[in-house]
Amino acid sequence: MELKKVGTSGTLESSDIMVTIKGTDKQKIDINLTSSVEKQFGEEIRSVISDTLKKLGICAAEVIAVDKGALNCTIRARVKAAAYRACEITDFSWGDNNE
Amino acid sequence: MLFVPGNNPGMIQDAYIYGSDSIMFDLEDSVSVGEKDSARCLVYEALTNLDYGTKETVVRINSLESGLGISDLEAIVRARPNVIRLPKTEFAADVTDCEKEIERIEKKAGIAVGTTKMMAAIESAIGVLNAKEIAFSSKRLIGIALGAEDYVTNLKTNRSPEGTELMFARSMILHAARAAGIAAIDTVYSDVNNEEGLIAEATLIKHLGFDGKSVINPRQIAPIHKIFTPTEKDIKKSMAIMEAIAEANRKGSGVIALNGKMIDKPIVERAKWVLKLARVSGVLKDMEE
Repeated sequence: MELKKVGTSGTLESSDIMVTIKGTDKQKIDINLTSSVEKQFGEEIRSVISDTLKKLGICAAEVIAVDKGALNCTIRARVKAAAYRACEITDFSWGDNNE
Repeated sequence: MLFVPGNNPGMIQDAYIYGSDSIMFDLEDSVSVGEKDSARCLVYEALTNLDYGTKETVVRINSLESGLGISDLEAIVRARPNVIRLPKTEFAADVTDCEKEIERIEKKAGIAVGTTKMMAAIESAIGVLNAKEIAFSSKRLIGIALGAEDYVTNLKTNRSPEGTELMFARSMILHAARAAGIAAIDTVYSDVNNEEGLIAEATLIKHLGFDGKSVINPRQIAPIHKIFTPTEKDIKKSMAIMEAIAEANRKGSGVIALNGKMIDKPIVERAKWVLKLARVSGVLKDMEE
């Protein structure tokens, strides 16, 4: 998937995460994370963001994530929605094996 | 049935703790047009990752006419909730059109055809008048529900504390559901701070014969459960009826009586229903212990 614009999903409410994704010249996924639970879960949150993007075929992106204690499934949902918005794709792929 | 906005992760992850029998994740009215895709992702991920135990999981999709319904189904059928709820159902074709799409997606996703059950919300005058056709429209349909806010708007009236304006719709929906052998679920009570009003309305719809009520706030669950839970007196009477039946069967007696009163089939059916409700609400187990 090709990142065409800035895509954002999520809110700053408790249990949510606001994810902003945009293209980058760097050949990697760069994650700028702010989280109240960063010391304990920062590495895992970054891993979930990165893995979700790679499954969508995105290997280079700049990600800004403001976490308010989101579960992994919420992080995946927000990253996916932000990425599709950034790629200007409205026809989501859900896979037939739960991806 | 607890309504949970589909774009609120906090409420989605906590929904199972409040004790409702059913949780309905909403992709329709509680989600703004610009957030439909995000809510779809959130509900999909929640259903495929969180454990809601024995709670019935329901997702209210947007109507097919809105242009959003197919996208909702593509995600949600694969997330395998127990039930998909159609909003604003007006004709039997609304159900069968949706059913065709569900079946197509089930086949594509390798899900056994028929796995996904359906529920139809009736929210307009034409929907109420077609309640019977809607109720009989699909084997997937497990229930029909009244959506009163849109319905009273369509009638050009408002909701009253007595619910007079809803009597016809409630009666039509209830009769259609009973004729089709499916559940009848009543509408939400919107004034969350008026517990007295909630109790009065829940008492009324329970007496009419509804199977349950939708709630928009967890605070409304306990009062409704209390109304729908059989009393100890009702349970003891029902147990005595069932014991009298068993005793008569042992003796080969054709006529069954309890305390001088004849027990006929409707009385037995009601006793069975009371005991079923008592079992699922946990009170029968408590009494036996």
